Amino acid sequence: MNIRRMEKSTWIFIIISLLLFIVPFIVTGRSMQFTIIQIFIFAIFAMSYDILLGFTGIISFGHVMFFGIGAYSTAVIMDRMDATVMSFFVAILIAVFIAVIVSFIVGVLTLRLKSHFYAMLTLALAGLFLVAAEKWRSLTGGNDGFTFRLPEILRDSHNLYMLCLVSLLLFFFGLRRFTKSPFGRVLMAIRENEARTESLGYKVLHYKVIASVVAGVVASIAGVLYALSLRFVNTGVFATDLTIDVLLMTIIGGVGTLVGPILGAGLVEFAHHWLSGLSDVHWIFDRWIILYGTVYILVVIFFPLGIVGTIQSKLTNRPVKGLQDNRKAVGK
Amino acid sequence: MSSSLLKLDQVEAYIQKFHILQGVSFEVEKGGVTVLLGRNGAGKTTTLRTIMGLNQVGKGTITFNGENIGDLQTHQIANKGIGYVPEDQGVFGDLTVGENMRVAMKKEDEETTRRMEWVLELFPDLKKFWKKPGGALSGGQKQMLAIARAYVNENELLLIDEPSKGLAPIIVDKVTESIEQMKENTTILLVEQNFMMASKIGNQFFIIDDGKTVHKGQMEELKQDKVLMKKYLGIA
Repeated sequence: MNIRRMEKSTWIFIIISLLLFIVPFIVTGRSMQFTIIQIFIFAIFAMSYDILLGFTGIISFGHVMFFGIGAYSTAVIMDRMDATVMSFFVAILIAVFIAVIVSFIVGVLTLRLKSHFYAMLTLALAGLFLVAAEKWRSLTGGNDGFTFRLPEILRDSHNLYMLCLVSLLLFFFGLRRFTKSPFGRVLMAIRENEARTESLGYKVLHYKVIASVVAGVVASIAGVLYALSLRFVNTGVFATDLTIDVLLMTIIGGVGTLVGPILGAGLVEFAHHWLSGLSDVHWIFDRWIILYGTVYILVVIFFPLGIVGTIQSKLTNRPVKGLQDNRKAVGK
Repeated sequence: MSSSLLKLDQVEAYIQKFHILQGVSFEVEKGGVTVLLGRNGAGKTTTLRTIMGLNQVGKGTITFNGENIGDLQTHQIANKGIGYVPEDQGVFGDLTVGENMRVAMKKEDEETTRRMEWVLELFPDLKKFWKKPGGALSGGQKQMLAIARAYVNENELLLIDEPSKGLAPIIVDKVTESIEQMKENTTILLVEQNFMMASKIGNQFFIIDDGKTVHKGQMEELKQDKVLMKKYLGIA
């Protein structure tokens, strides 16, 4: 990499990344540290969704199945094996392996369909995973779930913070490179006009399946980290609500920007943290999802490109390199 | 064995339940420009889309370089050496001009680079707006980008659908000039409503009416045949 030729935005991201390494030395409260860790995890999950929605134009309502695969792979392995770092790596490998197989099969079988049929089919598949997890209680613990032990090194919240931050940065810079590569250009072309991309000589299905596998693997790693952060797992990791959450994080932040989903995850998780804490002041804060819905409606009306998309558009005086309009992204 | 580059034999195609092509037959010889003429709704665009595999062939055969391509998928047809410039130009609006060009390049070898340089000399606006999003270009610039994108690869045949549609006369002249230069190296199958443009660059023509080819000949003959022009093209 030629440092002199690095983009200005890359420098900004590097500086922010370095600052994030200092945060746990300043923010020492466990609750706030936990919230920031959750932001990192959901930011990874939301970025994986952005690869599908923002860069390839695929709307999936079942993306949570990969998150759940990651979470359960970790929990089951750590529960059944000794709580060592080696077990943790085995859990990651198994999570990635299952995510690759599932995303490949789901992609090959369903990505031929038109987008709304694909969205509904993924919703059904995620539902199947949820039902299977609830019924296979001997493995999953059902809705009650189970706790598991972690290796000594990961019990420390400071270390967990660093692990999640490093994962976030690796995925952010990795996916940024991926989307700026010739492969990423083809994905964006597919998002804009599938038939036209096909007539340029690209087998669109192959590209969509690879995007689906990449997104599935990244989501599964987010699931691994999520299980680590809670030291507990239940069937909630397969709930469709989580897919809707990351969809909204991506849309609020700005689809097709990668950095937008990170910001979206930050806003949503902080809002959740603070608004829930105000439940003693007024009952409405206990029902924070109402406020969340209101914020979402306002963002879609006033920032149709999402927050990052709108800022980029204003700064460069051109439409952001992503979907022109979030409303278009969700088919409205 | 036929010397034609592309041959359609009694091709029929449907769009949903509508029987659009009801027997289109023609041959495109190597070199020069073959023009498909006909009134609006005659089936010219559907013919090009069917050649590209974007519409399924119902009956009949399409052969390219002697090989049946009627059953192939669109990307396979494109990789046989057929470039397509659709009626709506198909420019990727969120991608920059440069990215639009790069995404179209099948190879990054010396020949492709040479073609890219040539096409950028032909359309200097593309060089000027290299980092501008495709969606922000004017109609004429989009058309130039669409043609440049198809030409940058070493395609044996270019299918160009109504390149003059919606463009100012001065831009039409520029597009005409570019196609005239391209025909020196590539065979072109052109669909065009603008008879002035078509007659200027076309070598042979086929007229499609109600989904069937009804007439063929050399462009020079058609220019003299006022009756035929009035009957099928509505030109007095």
